[in-house]
Amino acid sequence: MNARLPALLALLTVTLGLLGLCLGATGWSWPWQAGTDPVILWELRMPRTAGAWLAGGLLGLTGAIAQGLFRNPLADPYLLGSASGASLGVAAVLAVGGTAGAEAMAAGSWLIRLGLTGAAFLGAIGAVLLTLVLAQGLAHTLRLLLAGVIVGVVLGAMTSLLGLAVPAIAPALQAFMVGSTGLLGWTSVALLAAVLVTGLAVSIVLGPWLDALSLGEETAASLGLPVGMLRAALLAVLALGTGTVVAQAGLVAFVGLAAPHAVRAVARLTHRPLLVASSLMGGVLLLAADLLSRWLLAPQELPVGILTSCLGGGYLLWWMRRQSRGAGAA
Amino acid sequence: MRVARALLAPTACRAWAAAIAAVLLAAAVLPARAATEVRDDRGKVIRFASPPRRIVSVLPSLTETVAALGGVDRLVGTDRYSDWPETVRALPKVGGGIDPNLEAIVALKPDCVLIAPSARVSRRLEQLGLRVVALEPKTHADVRRVTRVVGTLLGSPSTQRLLADMDRGLAAAAARVPARVRGLRAYVEVDQTPYAASSGSFLGETLARLGLANIVPASMGPFPHLNPEFVVAANPAIILMAGGSAAELSARPGWKRIDAVRAGRVRVFDRQEGDVLVRPGPRLAEAAALLADALAVLAP
Repeated sequence: MNARLPALLALLTVTLGLLGLCLGATGWSWPWQAGTDPVILWELRMPRTAGAWLAGGLLGLTGAIAQGLFRNPLADPYLLGSASGASLGVAAVLAVGGTAGAEAMAAGSWLIRLGLTGAAFLGAIGAVLLTLVLAQGLAHTLRLLLAGVIVGVVLGAMTSLLGLAVPAIAPALQAFMVGSTGLLGWTSVALLAAVLVTGLAVSIVLGPWLDALSLGEETAASLGLPVGMLRAALLAVLALGTGTVVAQAGLVAFVGLAAPHAVRAVARLTHRPLLVASSLMGGVLLLAADLLSRWLLAPQELPVGILTSCLGGGYLLWWMRRQSRGAGAA
Repeated sequence: MRVARALLAPTACRAWAAAIAAVLLAAAVLPARAATEVRDDRGKVIRFASPPRRIVSVLPSLTETVAALGGVDRLVGTDRYSDWPETVRALPKVGGGIDPNLEAIVALKPDCVLIAPSARVSRRLEQLGLRVVALEPKTHADVRRVTRVVGTLLGSPSTQRLLADMDRGLAAAAARVPARVRGLRAYVEVDQTPYAASSGSFLGETLARLGLANIVPASMGPFPHLNPEFVVAANPAIILMAGGSAAELSARPGWKRIDAVRAGRVRVFDRQEGDVLVRPGPRLAEAAALLADALAVLAP
């Protein structure tokens, strides 16, 4: 089982990746076939395919971290208000850009561009910090979750307010909310890859500590582990990973929640392999969703976040039914 | 007998004649004044005893239509996005199309509320006894239809002239488009994610009237969300954007090689210009002129 799952996920990654190179705006075609533009292949399809996989990988990883950290199978990387913080950041930059006019925007376009990505990232980090302050630290998991929900709702309301006040940004904001993998380029790929590698490295080092934490915080502390510091490190990975994905691809729902569940459904793993497998699973899930979003309405796109919501929601419902049936039998 | 004689006396005859004349005159004049009747986009017929004098408009294109038909003085309030003509900016604002403020509308005591058919507030307004005319122009044909309806509503004498002006303006703008631009394929972007304006959208129709081809067909709906690859593959010769920036456009993966980007045939319209372009209202000819000017500059 241990070797089979990674092998299966790797196989799926390669297969879906190759399909991703063959699926364009006009339908399927072999990349080496005449008529396939090399620029489209190299500059659009490849980074988009790789970027979708990497973003999904980060969501899977952060989802598994969140579920381990909060010892709650329903924890999600967007918990702690990070998603709403990122949305507010994006809305603020759009609103400023929208009122400044096109000339100013053209002049400061690199700023605006960096602004959208940077603002999403800063918003996510800011929201997480705000949640931590409101929860008075990391000590109480329930308080942390509640504070996260509150921050999420309040920042979400502020985003709605901005959307109403500056109507011009409404479509852009909405597009951001439903996620998009369509405009991922090599820069995004490099950034996502760097964060994923860092996050995986930290997770591999700290994985065993999450196993200790699953026995309870006091047990973990009694084992002589620096609980506070380890928790802070994992939260940093969580915020960095979520912020990066949101900044590059918008809000992609359910991948972070569903990926660890999908892994647990086929294998019982300790945290170290679970984190790695969840990351691979997340990559496969988002890549599959990206292919569907290109294919279903081609050449139009179904926003990828809407697909992940439907597919992820459906999967979790199925999982829930199976769980309750299992509980009934036992 | 005496009664009959009295009725036929010369003075009485004159009185009769005056009475009959008054009735005939009333019959001739009153229908025009009394029965203003319009059918709105919900298919509902709304009757007015006399043309409305206190109008609240909750859609910018309807505000503009009322103003263009000479009814700007009858507007007593608008939605917060209505900003043309200049004078409507000073009017009380009653919220937006999605979030109209029911109380603010009622407080203005309008005798007519102009609003989009999708607005949920209409039912409440009608329950409160207000007259609601729901209209939503989306295409060039809609603009003409809505102009006629609002013209009837206002009893405006200038409806035909406004319609003729629009046609003349469109034709003049089309005539100004350089011949080498005609038939070139354009990509019109309304949002950077990217959402396009197809040839089925209002803006797309204006562009088609100017003789340009659109890389996005009407069959995809007015504002489809596109796979960016589609635009790169279609390789448009001209790109028109409502918002965003040319630098951001060329920074998108693979977009640098699009003919329009390579040749610098990209025009970004600012927000106010964008409003003129996308609002299906009486400034249709102005929108066409704006596009014609842009095309004259961008001509290869």
